[in-house]
Amino acid sequence: MRRHLLSVDDVDADEIAALLATATEMHDVQRRQVKKLPALRGRTVINLFFEDSTRTRSSFEIAGKWLSADTVNITGKGSSASKGESLRDTVRTIAAMGVDALVIRHGASGSAQQVAQWVDASVVNAGDGTHEHPSQALLDAYTLQQRMGPLEGRHVVLVGDLTHSRVFRSNVKCLTKLGAEVTAVAPPTLMPSGVEAWSREAGFATSYDLDEVLPKADAVMMLRVQRERMAGGYFPSAREYTVGYGLTRDRLDVLGPDVPICHPGPMNRGLEIAADAADAAQSLVLDQVSAGVAVRMAILYHLLAGEDS
Amino acid sequence: MTEPAPRPVLVRGASLLGERTADLLLRDGVVAEVGERGSLAAGDARVVDADGLVALPGLVDLHTHLREPGREDAETVLTGSRAAAAGGFTAVLAMANTSPVTDTAEAAERVLDLGRAAGLVDVQPVGAVTHGLAGEELAELGLMARSRARVRVFSDDGRCVANARVMRRALEYVKAFGGVVSQHAQDPDLAGPASCCHEGELSGRLGLPGWPGVAEEVIVARDVMLARHAGSRVHVAHASTAGTVEVLRWARAQGIAVTAEVTPHHLLLTTDLLSGYDPTFKVNPPLRPDEDVEALRAALADGTIDAVATDHAPHARHDKEHAFVDAAFGMVGLETALPVVATTMVATGRMTWADVARTMSTTPAAIAGLAGHGAALVVGAPANLTLVDPTATRVVDRDASVSRSRNNPWHGRELTGAVRATVLRGRPTLLDGELVDPAVG
Repeated sequence: MRRHLLSVDDVDADEIAALLATATEMHDVQRRQVKKLPALRGRTVINLFFEDSTRTRSSFEIAGKWLSADTVNITGKGSSASKGESLRDTVRTIAAMGVDALVIRHGASGSAQQVAQWVDASVVNAGDGTHEHPSQALLDAYTLQQRMGPLEGRHVVLVGDLTHSRVFRSNVKCLTKLGAEVTAVAPPTLMPSGVEAWSREAGFATSYDLDEVLPKADAVMMLRVQRERMAGGYFPSAREYTVGYGLTRDRLDVLGPDVPICHPGPMNRGLEIAADAADAAQSLVLDQVSAGVAVRMAILYHLLAGEDS
Repeated sequence: MTEPAPRPVLVRGASLLGERTADLLLRDGVVAEVGERGSLAAGDARVVDADGLVALPGLVDLHTHLREPGREDAETVLTGSRAAAAGGFTAVLAMANTSPVTDTAEAAERVLDLGRAAGLVDVQPVGAVTHGLAGEELAELGLMARSRARVRVFSDDGRCVANARVMRRALEYVKAFGGVVSQHAQDPDLAGPASCCHEGELSGRLGLPGWPGVAEEVIVARDVMLARHAGSRVHVAHASTAGTVEVLRWARAQGIAVTAEVTPHHLLLTTDLLSGYDPTFKVNPPLRPDEDVEALRAALADGTIDAVATDHAPHARHDKEHAFVDAAFGMVGLETALPVVATTMVATGRMTWADVARTMSTTPAAIAGLAGHGAALVVGAPANLTLVDPTATRVVDRDASVSRSRNNPWHGRELTGAVRATVLRGRPTLLDGELVDPAVG
């Protein structure tokens, strides 16, 4: 693995497999009563979050702590530009304190990639605007594999606000690298621009019709839809969205009891996912959260441990 | 304006528009004599050896941002004038989006006076169309036109005059004094302030807010209809899409009084440069895909697009060192405009040097109503000219620039064609590629 994890592009299928294998070991540690490993003792990991985050930030924090790294959380709402200090100054200032890894979430697409050019520390992208969220894609792959076995040839359906979703962008890359067949479903207004050419080249399918796709799904990943998107004219009403693209009670019946359901959270119950689906036995929502810590331990371990050995 | 008469200049052996070789004697601010190569005596004139160089009428830029007043840390009228002279320009139009905005006669005269004090290039202020560039109330267009600055080009550039009623009234009003509205065509509902990447496959992959070509095209289409309705003249700033070219072609065929410019960067740079999120390549309108670039080149060559204009947009380094969506829009361009046109249009055989003179001097001077510029190099014409080495190649070094800013997208690129000398009313402002201090020259 390279020095940074900025995008799923930074890891190939073998490296993903190695990461997920490490995550399995970490997951075992997580189930112990004493969860601490000494692997990153003396190393410093900064979680620099410019956007609100509960699960990703605490997940990285716990991952660092269980590996015995010193972890520090820094949160700053709004863009650095609006605060007057440039993003470059902010990250260089923090890096100058002598950190080993910078886990960064920022509202601007590409920000993690830019930060990696400005600092010597390893940079982990914990979500950059509407671009990527690679650790989420890795934990989703881990969770699905735990439930389904290898994803090669399995059909994973991603549904939701694809154009504004960094989870979608990372997942489509990760799942196709693992050999899964991916179908991305959204109304035309929530499809990324140029998705026709992109999907052709990257080898995934797209559809506007969830009901046509759902019976062929081996797994379903529902993505968050922000209610504010209605103001932008992306869809007329929450009701209409749910009728067209929500994982409703009726669609849960179509899916059957064995098809796993994922959602990266936070969920809009009743909008993109019905409570019955979110809480169904086949729902992996909490498994994803649990796997998040193990996968992030694996990421930090691969980036930082053994560097000096 | 009274200027002490400069020492005469004898330009020896220049290729006029790349067509025939001649000597030019420049005296008292005009072309005093034109003769066969070697036929004119030097006398007391400074001799400029132009062997192998192409002589063009001094270049005219319809679209620069000189940042003064307000952002003197990025550029001043003086430093921008230096960049202009180094780029072969003898006149530049300074856009109105300064701080304060050039929306009064007094503000326009101030820019004019700063340009005269710099003395390297004629700095012609552009007036704002609307007060404060707010797009709501007309600025004092008539007072700016009557001022010493004699403003004829009006633009809210940086912002679109989005309201159709305001645009209509502006087009009607400027008829009284032969003015023209230069429109920054960007429908704000289709491409808002965050839009920073050509909307297409790349913006979809990068997760950057898209700036679709149609946001430009609908405004151009609307404005040519408004110009026809108003019986007025409209100019399209920085045309960037094939669709805009189609609309322009149609409007021309209808006899509508529309002119258009294209920037050097839209003739060569493409949207894929954004894949590394480098804000150096963030510009408005955004860099477009190959098919748009090809349509713009074809349109410039066939005259559908009238002029090349730089949209020189200097920015302080700290305004570019942000996340991509937060960084400032724009790139410098005065010093590289001619080499880019030479590389993309002349070296490829799509345009002659006469076409370069037309699109970078004669036509822009006519659009802007600058009587002293753009004239053919004949006896009696104002002695504004540019000498170009058509075969020189150089790798652009942003740190060699005389602009105050370094947001240079051409850094590290090899370009063909180098400006060797610039003469403003008989006074050299650039000789052997070096600036000439106006107090000395």
